[in-house]
Amino acid sequence: MWHGIDMCSLVYSFAFVPCACEHQGIVDDQFTQLRKLEDENSPHFVMEVASLFFEDCEKLINNMAIALEQKQGVDFKQIDECIHQLKGSSSSIGAMRVKNACIAFRSFSDGQNREGCLRCLQQLSHEYSLLKNKLQTLFRLEKQIVAAGGSIPRVH
Amino acid sequence: MTMEEKLGGSNGEDGGRDRFPIGMRVLAVDDDPICLKVLENLLRKCQYHVTTTNQAITALKMLRENRNRYDLVISDVNMPDMDGFKLLELVGLEMDLPVIMLSAHSDTKLVMKGITHGACDYLLKPVRIEELKNIWQHVVRKKKPDSKDQINASNQDKSRGGTGETGPTSSSSDQKVSKKRKDQSEDEDEEGDDNGHEDPSTQKKPRVVWSVELHRKFVSAVNQLGLEKAVPKKILDLMNVDGLTRENVASHLQKYRLYLKRLSSVATQQANMVAALGSKDPSYLRMGSLDGFGDFRTLTGPGRISSASLSSYQPGGLFGRLNSSAALSLRGISSGVIQSGHSQTLNNPINGFGKIQPAVVPANQNQNGTLFQGIPTSINQLSQNKPTNHFGEFNRGNDPNAFGVATNFQDARVTVGGSSNTLPVSSGNPLLLQSNTQQTQHSGGAFGNQPSSLGVTSLNQEPFDMNVRGSSNFLDHGRCSENWQSAVQLSSFPSNALSASETFSHEQLPSNNLQESISWTSSHLSSSPLDLSSSMANPANLEDSRGNISQVGLNNNVIQNIDYTTKQQWGDSRHDYNGNMNNSFSRGDSLVPASGPMMDQSNVISDKMNDVSLFSQFSGDSTYVVPHLDGEKSAFDTKSRSNDDFLFETKPQNGFNQNSFEPLENIMMSMIKSDQNNETPLMDGEFGFDAYSLGSCI
Repeated sequence: MWHGIDMCSLVYSFAFVPCACEHQGIVDDQFTQLRKLEDENSPHFVMEVASLFFEDCEKLINNMAIALEQKQGVDFKQIDECIHQLKGSSSSIGAMRVKNACIAFRSFSDGQNREGCLRCLQQLSHEYSLLKNKLQTLFRLEKQIVAAGGSIPRVH
Repeated sequence: MTMEEKLGGSNGEDGGRDRFPIGMRVLAVDDDPICLKVLENLLRKCQYHVTTTNQAITALKMLRENRNRYDLVISDVNMPDMDGFKLLELVGLEMDLPVIMLSAHSDTKLVMKGITHGACDYLLKPVRIEELKNIWQHVVRKKKPDSKDQINASNQDKSRGGTGETGPTSSSSDQKVSKKRKDQSEDEDEEGDDNGHEDPSTQKKPRVVWSVELHRKFVSAVNQLGLEKAVPKKILDLMNVDGLTRENVASHLQKYRLYLKRLSSVATQQANMVAALGSKDPSYLRMGSLDGFGDFRTLTGPGRISSASLSSYQPGGLFGRLNSSAALSLRGISSGVIQSGHSQTLNNPINGFGKIQPAVVPANQNQNGTLFQGIPTSINQLSQNKPTNHFGEFNRGNDPNAFGVATNFQDARVTVGGSSNTLPVSSGNPLLLQSNTQQTQHSGGAFGNQPSSLGVTSLNQEPFDMNVRGSSNFLDHGRCSENWQSAVQLSSFPSNALSASETFSHEQLPSNNLQESISWTSSHLSSSPLDLSSSMANPANLEDSRGNISQVGLNNNVIQNIDYTTKQQWGDSRHDYNGNMNNSFSRGDSLVPASGPMMDQSNVISDKMNDVSLFSQFSGDSTYVVPHLDGEKSAFDTKSRSNDDFLFETKPQNGFNQNSFEPLENIMMSMIKSDQNNETPLMDGEFGFDAYSLGSCI
């Protein structure tokens, strides 16, 4: 079960990834708090929430992209709603950069600035990818640890 | 925790209650699945029993099925199927459950709207567990006023312990508040499930039920002593009621004072508003711009509330929420009055309250035009009693009551004036909201208690209740005491007004403003009938009270002020009032109303800010009742306009805020700032990975 060094490095990485993420501002304390919520009753809480988030975020980004593409006129109200929702969910999960990108985005959407919005959307996409990447790494590690017979170190 | 959670959750009512706040049953509503899930988990971590739904409509259905199944509702503001504020209102009106709003945005405007619609609290996403750990206090607050037992204030205090609002006053206030409601509507089950069980946080504590009779004794005792000189001990002695403790009286006094203050402040505000429109307090301005507040302008004045509307107004639902004792008594009265213009009815109760400034009443003779059809008549009759004449005062004569109530309506639903069931209130007051629709049908349901006219009042009461109950804060501060006296005296309506304010600041009784205004009012009110108006009219005075009480032009002014406040609160369509208000408010001094809005804001920020509640209170009292809030100005507008132009016209917000809201504003600003700070984009542009980033960790 224990693969010696492998497990150690897995666990180490597992602990490290969130730290690095937080350090880089990809996630903030909220994420840490969520991780703290994980326990025997809800062992995969963070993973579940993150999955929901990925799904939601992708959908919203997609909707916004479509809205911004509309030749006949961009529905900024819809975009604003998307941003609002994304801001809420990203802040709930602790995706700080994504959240900040939303905030910046909002001002452009308020100003009905299509170009600005497109740029923001791009930025937003980028941040999202970054986050997704990191989190998936984290989850992968988690699975590996569990698969290797170890137990997930909990945050306290 | 796991086990506890389970127990707490599974036991539901029983288990939860015994170990309250563990097991408190929360209904969480949010269309965003991520937020909902996170919220659910956080709540579970706090050991609450959580039910979730991502649709407001479903939530409403679940609540309607059995209101007793839940203790608290947390809802997002932005939802696709229904506006969060609307849900807030409905829940407040129908089930009288504490509702906490959630939002990703911290717009002052939204927060204010939440408050004016009756939210107990307004949280920003992401919600932290620390914040959720204390939400149970809102349940306690709401339940407090509900007292089934006899006088026994001491216990109440204890129950408050948790919330931090301690002191006999708080509990007493709650009692009073609940009493009020109880008096008003038997069927209203605001604290429906409370009946079943005591406040979970404490053992059963008998509460004093401030019946009309009791309140009447109280008011007469206060009048005998003189509002300023009235101290609980002496009042108690004069009243000579067995089982009544000094604490009971003290808290009731506090509420009363607040009530009166609110009444007067409303009038003042209106005056001030007119004068200071847009100049003074930016916050007011802000407020004005807020949904509800904008309407103030339109409010023409107390007279706005068409008598027709008044009479037909079915306080019912709206008033249901009125908790404040003052409101209660007033409510009862107002309702009587309003309902069918049973002036008689109104008279009696009002008289009971003490002296309702005669001036006020007579001034508002125009029963017709005023908000409360029924009320005007009675009010006039009541004239002696200033207290109940909130409306009268505000309306300047016509619908003293109407506006008193109206003030509350600002919230939009206050359509006080029972104006033919059109409580314009729609705007924001959750309480009112219901009432509006209900009025026509007398949907006693929503409002439960309040009689038609009272509806308006009830609205007020609601807010008041909220404040009173929830935040014994203001009571505690003792500010209310003075106000109550005057408030009560003003008229039955005041109670409404009070409630109104309460609604706004769910727990934040606009202590400062209200008290000031109330006290101011009370002092003035106590005097001869005419005094009331005069006192009220003193814009200057009003200003003192945090700038809320715009004693504006005595009778008229006062009402106006109050009205103004209300207007602000209602925000909605108050524009009509504005026009009128200006006229009447010649005094235009401190428009109390302004404080209203301010308060709301502050309230949001500072939980304990009672000021806001003051406003609502005032609003209600100041016969604003301009139901127009919802844009229904129709009945009320015409009525109120005539009477209390000043009431509504001015944007109290601006005027008042200056003084009283200062602190509130600051608080708000700081809150907003902090929120903004948090949101400061932290993009560090560091998209790449550091050396030790992911690459290295894998």
